[in-house]
Amino acid sequence: MVEFNLPKNSRVTGGKTHAAPAGAKNLRNFKVYRWNPDDGQNPSVDTYQVDLDTCGPMVLDALTKIKNEVDPTLTFRRSCREGVCGSCALNIDGTNTLACTKFISEVSGDVKVYPLPHMPVVKDLVPDLTQAYAQYTSIEPWLKATTPAPERERLQTPEERAKLDGLWECILCFSCTTSCPSYWWNSDRYLGPAVLLQAYRWIADSRDEATGERLDDLEDPFRLYRCHTIMNCTKTCPKSLNPAKAIGEIKKLMVARTV
Amino acid sequence: MSLRSPLGRAKGLGSAHEGTGHWWIQRLTSIALVPLTLWFVASVVAMAGADYFAIQEWLSSPVVAGILILFLVAGFYHGALGMQVVIEDYVHHEGAKIAGLMIVNGLSLVLGLAGVLAILSVLFKA
Repeated sequence: MVEFNLPKNSRVTGGKTHAAPAGAKNLRNFKVYRWNPDDGQNPSVDTYQVDLDTCGPMVLDALTKIKNEVDPTLTFRRSCREGVCGSCALNIDGTNTLACTKFISEVSGDVKVYPLPHMPVVKDLVPDLTQAYAQYTSIEPWLKATTPAPERERLQTPEERAKLDGLWECILCFSCTTSCPSYWWNSDRYLGPAVLLQAYRWIADSRDEATGERLDDLEDPFRLYRCHTIMNCTKTCPKSLNPAKAIGEIKKLMVARTV
Repeated sequence: MSLRSPLGRAKGLGSAHEGTGHWWIQRLTSIALVPLTLWFVASVVAMAGADYFAIQEWLSSPVVAGILILFLVAGFYHGALGMQVVIEDYVHHEGAKIAGLMIVNGLSLVLGLAGVLAILSVLFKA
């Protein structure tokens, strides 16, 4: 059966509290998931009091401040700090999003920061995305054409190019995939919204000549049809994209080639 | 523990090249069930308190019996497809999954058939 409870070694226990330096006035509690693979302990939630008067506006600013000034052992991924690289995707205030584009002021009360749900944890806030990346590789995300390359670029009309809008912007942060219950229960076989949106990005590309093969590879009760249009993906996407719609378009094309 | 590469695992057994029929028929039966259910509920409500002979009289029309059979077939077909999805989602033990699918499909078949035969027996008795 599906696991509705965390396994014993994943149950979250209480954690340490790191008080802010004396004199700080504008305090906010950050409750951060901690797990260290080396100490044999269960995960815990540590509380960090952060002085917002000396902190940047984003959740990532607070995490960086904690790491720099309070607790250098706190481990998380980040790179571009402007919502382009997708490294700092976390579960913040109960919703998957990018720490670098999430304002602290958008959260009321304590700021709860957890790793992306239902993925193996490497350490603290760092999830193991090996499976998701392998699934991305499996859809062969590159342009495939048998027509020899022309002297210059392969041309598209502006209308054909417009079909890629809302698809090319995906930064593969996997916020959507890890918000999807279907992916939680069947990640070994279901590709998940991020990878299916990327698959549709190539199916929708007028320059690609492997549309049929791409649809063949997706036509599967688990790879594609585990999507039940739950819409968590679309709701959570930090780039405001619509993976559920992209998956719907794939399903429409599946029917279009049979009827 | 496996030393198989992540890509090898992700590709797994490859695509089953099916699922579209299941998905499409689930949509079609759900669309069909909208008017069929409304018609059935309205008919039953209109005949509230009527005796057996009134129902027999109503069912003696081949059109009514035909639509009622359609309602039953679409309903049980749609229900079986839906239960299949639920079982595939949540039951991960291979044996329990296959057994569950067999029970759901068998039960739907038996109950649907019983309903259809009941309608036909009333139709031909009248």
